[in-house]
Amino acid sequence: MDWFENGWGLSLIVFLPLVGATLVLLLPRKQERVAKVTALFFAFASFAAAVYAAVTFDLDSSASFQFGTDQSWIAAIGSRFHIGIDGISLPLLVLSTLITLLCIVYSWNHWPEPHNPKGFLVLMLVLATGMNGTFVALDLVLFFIFFELVLLPMYFMIGIWGDRTKIRLPGFKREVETRLYASIKFFLFTLFGSAFMLLGFLALYFKSDPHTFDMVALAQAGQMGAFAGAFGGWVFAALFVGFAVKVPMWPLHTWLPDAHTAAPTVGSVLLAAILLKLGAYGFIRISLPILPEQAQDWAPAIAILAVIAIIYGSLACLAQTDMKRLIAFSSVGHMGFVMLGIATLTDIGINAAVIGMVAHGLITGLLFFLAGSMQHRYHTREMSRLGGTMKLMPVLGGLLAFTAMASLGLPGLAGFWGEFMALLGSFNPLDGLSLTVFRTAMVVGAVGTVLTAGYLLWMLQKVNLGEPPAEWAGKEWHDADKFELAAWIPLVIAIFAIGVFPKIIFGATDGAVVNLIRSAFGG
Amino acid sequence: MFDYHALAPELILGVTLLAVLAIDLVLPERLKYLAGVTALVGMVAAVFPLLTIAFCDSITGCSDTGARAMFGGSYVVDDFALVLKGLFLVSGVITLLLSVGYLESDDYYQGEFYFLILASVTGAVVMASSRDLITMFVGLELVSAPAFLLAGWRKGDLRGNEASLKFFLTGVLATAVMLFGMSLVYGLTGQITFAGIAEQTAVLGLGSEPAFVMAVVFVLVGFAFKVSAVPFHFWAPDTYQGAPTPVAAYLSVGSKAAGFVGLLTLCYLAFSAVPEIWGPILWVLAVASMTVGNLVALKQTNVVRLLGYSSIAHGGFILVPFAMAASYDSVGLADAFFGSITYLLIYAFMNLGAFAVVIAAAAKAKSGEIADWAGMNRYAPATAGLLSMFLFALAGIPPLAGWFAKFVMFRAVIGTFESPWAVALAVIAAVNAVIALYYYARIVKSVYMDDVPISVPQDQAAALRTAPSLVLAIALTAAVVVIVGFFPQILAFFGEAARAFPS
Repeated sequence: MDWFENGWGLSLIVFLPLVGATLVLLLPRKQERVAKVTALFFAFASFAAAVYAAVTFDLDSSASFQFGTDQSWIAAIGSRFHIGIDGISLPLLVLSTLITLLCIVYSWNHWPEPHNPKGFLVLMLVLATGMNGTFVALDLVLFFIFFELVLLPMYFMIGIWGDRTKIRLPGFKREVETRLYASIKFFLFTLFGSAFMLLGFLALYFKSDPHTFDMVALAQAGQMGAFAGAFGGWVFAALFVGFAVKVPMWPLHTWLPDAHTAAPTVGSVLLAAILLKLGAYGFIRISLPILPEQAQDWAPAIAILAVIAIIYGSLACLAQTDMKRLIAFSSVGHMGFVMLGIATLTDIGINAAVIGMVAHGLITGLLFFLAGSMQHRYHTREMSRLGGTMKLMPVLGGLLAFTAMASLGLPGLAGFWGEFMALLGSFNPLDGLSLTVFRTAMVVGAVGTVLTAGYLLWMLQKVNLGEPPAEWAGKEWHDADKFELAAWIPLVIAIFAIGVFPKIIFGATDGAVVNLIRSAFGG
Repeated sequence: MFDYHALAPELILGVTLLAVLAIDLVLPERLKYLAGVTALVGMVAAVFPLLTIAFCDSITGCSDTGARAMFGGSYVVDDFALVLKGLFLVSGVITLLLSVGYLESDDYYQGEFYFLILASVTGAVVMASSRDLITMFVGLELVSAPAFLLAGWRKGDLRGNEASLKFFLTGVLATAVMLFGMSLVYGLTGQITFAGIAEQTAVLGLGSEPAFVMAVVFVLVGFAFKVSAVPFHFWAPDTYQGAPTPVAAYLSVGSKAAGFVGLLTLCYLAFSAVPEIWGPILWVLAVASMTVGNLVALKQTNVVRLLGYSSIAHGGFILVPFAMAASYDSVGLADAFFGSITYLLIYAFMNLGAFAVVIAAAAKAKSGEIADWAGMNRYAPATAGLLSMFLFALAGIPPLAGWFAKFVMFRAVIGTFESPWAVALAVIAAVNAVIALYYYARIVKSVYMDDVPISVPQDQAAALRTAPSLVLAIALTAAVVVIVGFFPQILAFFGEAARAFPS
């Protein structure tokens, strides 16, 4: 199919959800069923196209951009509609379309209050366009647009459908609802980061000769040393702020626990599974290839921040009483491993980062699904009140046990590769990087894996094991229903498959990663 | 011989002006809106000659292309002027659309209202072409004088009186200061055309002459009042709040844009030899306007007042590209013009749209307080959706058109990144963009996420129909804001036309 390979395929993957969103928006509010079917259809079409792209992807030249096109877009500022995918973006693109599809399936009869499925579906589909678009954009302005496009839907998702528990903020007299606080915090943090990112993009544009926003051309210029010196340092710092907020890296992570906890189930899943990946993807796609020299200067600092995040995230998890908040903090730690992998600037480390991102997307997505379903049944997330889920709802409990095992990095499941290889990479980072820093990071990170196992097992013990507390006695329990299972089983299968056969991911990424490292760092 | 083709827009506006005055005398009370329709038709008709002048090349029988200079170079119709005339006419048309329904529901005079709007727009159209001090001054007064009256249209209302009086007094003060500056400029150079002033300034080496510095500062201060740049902004929020909302919309877009046009043409044509005098002043005005406008907007409880402060902040953003004027090369200068004019074009549509929805929403909630709009999504979902769309557009969130405005603004500053002042300015602007989001989002939060107050009669509000002319205005601006967000080239094309201006 020629048309599919000439950019139309990727455009379909990106814009089909947007078309779906427009159609759903035009439907009357009462036509819930039609809205759901429409949304499902467009999400499925987008996923199917992504799978088709993955199947026909030429693995032997995964370092080059495929299915791409380069069209005139905003001539006045020299920005073009340049899209394409290589081995690094392909797995993330498929993940993004899959998670969107599963979220719509899960939502089928799980609508958070206040109901209004129409609005929720529109936001989900717009979000999908933003996420998919970020992974295919090869022009900095286009990347910026898609990167920002996810803000509005997520803001509304958290703010309207989020948690209504009241909290008192330190320093304020009045109580606010968690959803209101969390939604604007998420919005402001991310916008702050991306405003600086935009300044960085513009600086790159004006420094390049001829002026361009094209990532491929900029990467070539960067590797020839066009952005050397203090200028590059400032630009790297500006981009760092933008991406680090999104990842999030310690100490810019504080929006994350609030947003993940306050968001409705599907919102948490999308946040954890995809939105966090946009930041890390930005490092791999933009910062490293365009500013290789500065990346080497910054790598030790990033590694240190990453291990702080690992340890801090794990310790914070141990202090949580709220199940969803625990899972939220676990993301800080897991993304710490991803960033540690990136900081090593080696092919092992970056492969680890990509597989770590995919695994985290699948696993933490599933964990948030499960936490949401449990909250739906228990009407609480306080772990001290839970217990004995294995007896009350064996399927739900069993899945939670499985996913927690995957999350703590049990060999044979997807979570293992990301952690293990990130540590392996930091044993032997790129030549010229401080061995002391990276080997210390490796040891501390290894301690972090133990802590990770600690808090996840602790959570399992509280939620799953033992006798159900007295307050749950005599009630009727509904184990996982068919919509939940339909949304979760694909994730379980994927976690198994990647765990046993990681080549599903490495087959695509390795060529691209090796090429990136060789051309940017000569390693 | 006169170039009637080039003057056609002004002539059409002049004829319409008289026609509106005349038919207002004979129309019975219930048909007064026809005066508005006449004004509307006249303004739309005035757009056509703009197009035929702009695309003269491709029209058979049309000759004399390129910039058309008249009256010894005092009146010039070039691409820059054409784009701005188009902007003024479009904002005039949208203002009229906002006014018709608004005035019908109020018990105030109508005919003169349309006449005054037309007069003000005519003044703005003249300003875009004026290339000497006197024409510029006459144009500017023609913009302002009707606006003083319009601001006090609700004469039974205390706030309306305050609005008008405050606007009038500060406006007159600004005019006096500006005229004094202009007289000094004339006295020192002996010229009134901008080209002549620029030439004499360079020849006589006036850049270091204290009297000339003072003259430039006075002229700038006068315009700073007109564009409500901080610290000359204090009249704006009171006037916007007290004036009828369509007038506030016009003041914050049409009349403000006229002020910017005057400021930019003066700086770049008359004072082009001495950017070191006015560059730093614009830097300070830009930073102060952005920061103060945004910070004060955070505390507002009234929507129109909030939009007043937000428009002060946007004025700061529009000035940003010019603040680095002293360090621009010719490409950078063209980028700065492109940036500011494109920002102005996009801002006009966003802000007029926002005001249009605010009029509709205030009618439904019977209040202009943010707290009373809580839960509007429940009883007026379309109004709520459009309101948040325009507010997020103003905040610069993609994919709505505002992002491109912010983008070209940053682009013009970052182009001179070697200067630490440029980097500082860019960082201040970036922080301000984040602050701005907070107060726009606060309205959206109230509308979508809070509960409906008991005082609002929901059924009644839901049943209330929005005037068709207002719906048309909202639809027009909304379409532009969405489409330009995805395809900015459409408006950037017009911004490009302004690029060649300063050279």
